[in-house]
Amino acid sequence: MEHIEADILIIGAGGAGLRAAIAAAEAAPGLSIALVSKVYPMRSHTVAAEGGSAGVLQDSDSLQAHFDDTVSGGDWLCEQDVVEYFVEHCTPEMIQLEHWGCPWSRKPDGDIAVRRFGGMKIARTWFAADRTGFHILHTLYQTSMKYPSIKRLDEFFCTDLLVDDGRAQGAVFLSLATGEFTAVTARAVIIATGGAGRVYPQNTNGGIVTGDGMALAFRHGVPLRDMEFMQYHPTCMPGSGVLFTEGARGEGGFLRNKDGYRYLQDYGLGPALPEVRNKYMELGPRDRISQAFWHEERKGRTIETAHGDAVLLDLTHLGRDKILERLPQIYDLAKDYMGVDAAEQPIPVRPAVHYTMGGILVDGRTAAPLPGLYAAGECSSVGIHGANRLGSNSLAELSVFGRVAGEQAAAFAQDSSNGDKGRLLDQARAAEGRALALLNRQGKGERHAALRDEMTAAMERGCGIYRLGDETQQTCDTLADLKKRYADVTLDDHTRVWNTDWTTAIELGFQLDVAEVIAYSALERKESRGAHQRLDGYENRDDERYLAHSLAHYRDGAAPEITYAPVSITKSPPGQRAYGEAGVKLEEAKAHKHD
Amino acid sequence: MTERADKTIELRVLRYNPVTDEKPHHQSFTVPYTSDMSVLQGLQWIKDTIDGSLTYRWSCRMAICGSCGMMINAEPKLACHTLLRDLAPGPVTVEPLNHFPIERDLVVTVDDFVKKIESVTPWLIPKHPKPVSEGPYNQTPAQMAAYENFSACINCMLCYAACPQYGENPKFIGPAAMAILQRYDGDSRDGGSALRIDAVHGEDGVWGCTAVGACSDVCPKAVDPMHAVNQNKMNTALDYFLRFLKKRDTK
Repeated sequence: MEHIEADILIIGAGGAGLRAAIAAAEAAPGLSIALVSKVYPMRSHTVAAEGGSAGVLQDSDSLQAHFDDTVSGGDWLCEQDVVEYFVEHCTPEMIQLEHWGCPWSRKPDGDIAVRRFGGMKIARTWFAADRTGFHILHTLYQTSMKYPSIKRLDEFFCTDLLVDDGRAQGAVFLSLATGEFTAVTARAVIIATGGAGRVYPQNTNGGIVTGDGMALAFRHGVPLRDMEFMQYHPTCMPGSGVLFTEGARGEGGFLRNKDGYRYLQDYGLGPALPEVRNKYMELGPRDRISQAFWHEERKGRTIETAHGDAVLLDLTHLGRDKILERLPQIYDLAKDYMGVDAAEQPIPVRPAVHYTMGGILVDGRTAAPLPGLYAAGECSSVGIHGANRLGSNSLAELSVFGRVAGEQAAAFAQDSSNGDKGRLLDQARAAEGRALALLNRQGKGERHAALRDEMTAAMERGCGIYRLGDETQQTCDTLADLKKRYADVTLDDHTRVWNTDWTTAIELGFQLDVAEVIAYSALERKESRGAHQRLDGYENRDDERYLAHSLAHYRDGAAPEITYAPVSITKSPPGQRAYGEAGVKLEEAKAHKHD
Repeated sequence: MTERADKTIELRVLRYNPVTDEKPHHQSFTVPYTSDMSVLQGLQWIKDTIDGSLTYRWSCRMAICGSCGMMINAEPKLACHTLLRDLAPGPVTVEPLNHFPIERDLVVTVDDFVKKIESVTPWLIPKHPKPVSEGPYNQTPAQMAAYENFSACINCMLCYAACPQYGENPKFIGPAAMAILQRYDGDSRDGGSALRIDAVHGEDGVWGCTAVGACSDVCPKAVDPMHAVNQNKMNTALDYFLRFLKKRDTK
């Protein structure tokens, strides 16, 4: 087996991984950095983020307001000390990206433009048309080429971490091109592998978003936190789930039901004003808007499509010029895939799974409880999203905490010694053996693709927009059955070069572990909060019992154990979440109380 | 009212496994399809239900990650962005991108392309460096328009598969790298064009282009690399001219 020694290993080269690599290279130019990804960096799913990235910019805005929006948007399940750090560092990070060339959209005078986004009190979302993630990713990718200490291994698939002497010290990779294994040992390891949205059938995520890093950390005893909180984005393409950015509503788009009625006014988000206003109606938070769709569908007020019911995203009143300037990508997506000219007709949309708000447990400086292990971006739970992430906080997150992870890992690597190579390589060979056992398993077992379809259907049924305890239990049972059957799947392809039959099967193993964590975390949280809504007697938020993070712990051969940990509350005691006019009244009442 | 996949179309896919095959060959699959299915979804149906060994790259499904470039009916296309209904009644040939070595089935070697991008110094070299604490640079929409198109390149490599010059001379720098170079050279914040000029000089640089324009025709993002090549030809010509003048001055 090939062996590469580095000082820092970064697994995943999307936005967070690249930002971490650059930060580490700048903080400690003498350290060698191995940046390893199962795809070329520009294919990473950061590329598909559309709408923008948050950072307080306007004079009339404040860090306190960004903090308040984030914490109330997260239904008070956010780590408030971490949110404070986050909002302070968003804008400098956006400026840093600008200095590296990110083509942020501008005002006519050449200053940065910001757009409105859901759940944000004031426009604070930096954007590059509706291709913000694409531009951030390519800016970081191309900038990373400046640093000779960053050595990339592209299309190397991680099959296991190397943990010895109580700390993370590397990982094992399968080269897609050769099918051979490489051990990378390092004194600090950063996981930046993205989310797990592909465990659901309709989602906005690329095929690579399979929760690999989450499952790997979990199997090595690192808890996954708040995994029951899966975000449904309300405006996606029926069928494929491809995203139509919230920026479409930020720019003034409306959501209408089959009668042309702006139905969000019936769900505590109104009144329906002729123009969009921050935190009203279409600019409410994603959890509320996706939940409103669920009710409209049951009231029979949605339209039918070939891939389930839909409501209408209406941009026609914005005019063609504005659509083509601000929303060119979603204009093309609607036209090319659905035959809809968004300047003339509304776009049929429905909710689809978009973002994994929980993840690998890390502290406010991205350190996991396993020494030497760090995590950043969607794979991590640093604590800023709580029970519902606000749109444009995740690109900001990967920038802010990607940098932190790079700096922290560099410091840790500088302060620690090399591990026992013999033992690490023994572990690596054992991991290789496990992967090869799957490759070489003979007989006529089930196809893993069939198991994947059963898994995604079970997740949608038991861990969807609304949850019922008995259905979630059924999902847990289905997943347990699938894990048993997974142990006997066989491949069509037993060769080594570019065997994606093999890697996809390994990914399904990761997905089943993560899906089970989501399902058990949902089953155990007997309340409704943010994106976790129950209809079986637990319809309300229960701060007494559940103002707490869920922690899922790995148990070999058994369902995960779920425990709870306190939430850090620094300056915003749990309050009522309200939007639209109700939100304004609530704020007035609060201000009055303080008078 | 889920649409039933009651129509079928034949995909003739190029197969090649370097371990077991002496040379590439075509294999036909009959694929049921609905009106909104892409060629990528056709390939996924084959892989999931018929033959798990079929190999191709893919991820985003929305024409932004640039993974799934391939020759579809002999034209470079993104498989996720090419709908089967537009190719009916078929058959449809699906082959790896022209001009790149095949690794397996529809997967080609990307390394050379990535090296070409790296060779153009593809990062911003500020004309007036300043710390983050001094805030963003100013850039008017008109200044942005000078390079914005070139910044939209998704690195899908379709333009290299279309470029006759790259087909003849793999050392040719090629369209996307030129577009990315121009993306930085044309950026009002950048002052690094002198560092990039060497990448475009010489027979493997911009002058290798024979101005066929196939690159711009196949670009799924309307980046217009041909235009970037032309701008670089102008810049290089000017650079030669200025160097010549300088030489004379120093005499």
